[in-house]
Amino acid sequence: MDVKEAIEKTGFPIIPDEKSGVLQWYDVRELRLRYILSVEGIKKFYEGLKEGKLLATKCKCGRLFFPPQKDCPSCKKSEMEWVELKKEGVLETLTVIHVRPTSFSHYDPYVVGIAKLDDGVRILAWYRGEPKLNQGQRVRVEIVKRKEGYLSYELVPI
Amino acid sequence: MTGVAVIGAGHSVFGTRRDVNIPELCWESMKPALEKANLEPKDIDFFVVGNLGIWSSELAVPSIMAEYADLAPKGSMRVEAACATGSAAVRVGYTTIKSGLADIVMVLGIEKMQESPNPSVIELIGRFGSYFWEFENFGLTFPGYYALHASAYMMKYGAKEEDLGKIAVKNHFYGAKNPFAQFRKEIDVATVMKGPYVAWPLKLFDCSPITDGSACIILASEKKVKELGIEEKVWILSQGVGTGTANLSKREEFTSLASARYAAEQAYKLAGIEDPVKQLDGANVHDCFTIAEIMAYEDLGFCKRGEGYKLAREGQTYIGGRIPVNVDGGLKAKGHPIGATGVSMAVEAYKQLLSKADKGRQADIKNGRWLTHNVGGTGHYTYVTIYGLEKR
Repeated sequence: MDVKEAIEKTGFPIIPDEKSGVLQWYDVRELRLRYILSVEGIKKFYEGLKEGKLLATKCKCGRLFFPPQKDCPSCKKSEMEWVELKKEGVLETLTVIHVRPTSFSHYDPYVVGIAKLDDGVRILAWYRGEPKLNQGQRVRVEIVKRKEGYLSYELVPI
Repeated sequence: MTGVAVIGAGHSVFGTRRDVNIPELCWESMKPALEKANLEPKDIDFFVVGNLGIWSSELAVPSIMAEYADLAPKGSMRVEAACATGSAAVRVGYTTIKSGLADIVMVLGIEKMQESPNPSVIELIGRFGSYFWEFENFGLTFPGYYALHASAYMMKYGAKEEDLGKIAVKNHFYGAKNPFAQFRKEIDVATVMKGPYVAWPLKLFDCSPITDGSACIILASEKKVKELGIEEKVWILSQGVGTGTANLSKREEFTSLASARYAAEQAYKLAGIEDPVKQLDGANVHDCFTIAEIMAYEDLGFCKRGEGYKLAREGQTYIGGRIPVNVDGGLKAKGHPIGATGVSMAVEAYKQLLSKADKGRQADIKNGRWLTHNVGGTGHYTYVTIYGLEKR
């Protein structure tokens, strides 16, 4: 029974629970959420992806940030340099997401891995390879176009 | 500074609670807590509600309860620290009394996760790390976060999926003896191994369920304990709190939670604990996934790094073993109503220390100390609290 049917039948959006029979009011005010996030401070990261580059921010003090961030808490300066990462490293761990969120239901189960890049920073992304635990598995980062049509990055075994 | 005691505790039945709404569910734990403390709502100076609440309809739960249970116009707030929300609420109560600003504080933990359908809950619960860098593009789910730890742990130490399964078996064994537990049924390792993968290598029975429930404790100052002549009480001896990075990729390792080690170190130092296995009678640790309990053994110093899975394999955390852990069923079998979990752990510490646990799941109380370890996200927050029969 859907909510409309319930209202027609009982006069209220009330439907008994399938298992226990206890009465449930079905909210008629549906809430859909889509967040709007600022990427102004890291817009160079997206320009980099277009050029096939994986960019991180580097502070004058030498601290490297990935994911990139605009401000350095070590020296409290915000004069970051954008540097290109080497795009190679070692896979440290992985998982296969079988039970997917609804917003990812148009994908087959996907492998998520974390790699430590040779530059010293770590990166989390989908892993395009056999989901096997091999100590020291070398990987490279590939810039890819997602199903949704925009650029992202993936880990690929070497 | 004053000591702070738990003078009353209450617990609702955890599970699918479509039979009650939010205030009714709260009242189920609030009423017994007030009765045990022999207090009326008007005696409460301040109250704090641990509730994450994005999946349920009512956001102003403190107000809802002020109205439903005659707590108005007393001060209150709602607090949130992901799955450690309940312990964050305990911290607010504890520090409020410690600071001398109140003598009696009610701490209520509540979650009604099943007001939203499961797919929405899965969608929302995956966001307790770095939403933008981990979820938006890579759809990392909550089981996925812990699965990344399970893989790393298994690769480093050679633990097997069956070892993780032993945690589920133990916690179901005790859940079967807890009348407030969501799953009151024993299982075996074969059942765990047959389950479908949720996030490899974690299977269905490695995961805690989606739960509705509430738990409540009443805290009182030393002065009030004397004034009211409270006999049955346990003291909060210490609490340590740690925070971890949002992105897992910002962490140095995936076989341990740095925030948990940090929180444990603080809690042990403040309570004068040097050898937790010898000085504690038992613990409730955050077993949202089986791997989490194994890492907790190590992060809390119940064994050396890399040996947690051996405690599971050898059954060392049953009553009578090295140290009893989650003998109320843990999050795994008792259920995990996010905001209520940390308070439920406090209720269990109270019951165990006062030897009031149900038949078959009462630990031997020799030292009079019990530990709770409550993790929010994947070590994004950790609260370690030590309760004791004797004030320190």
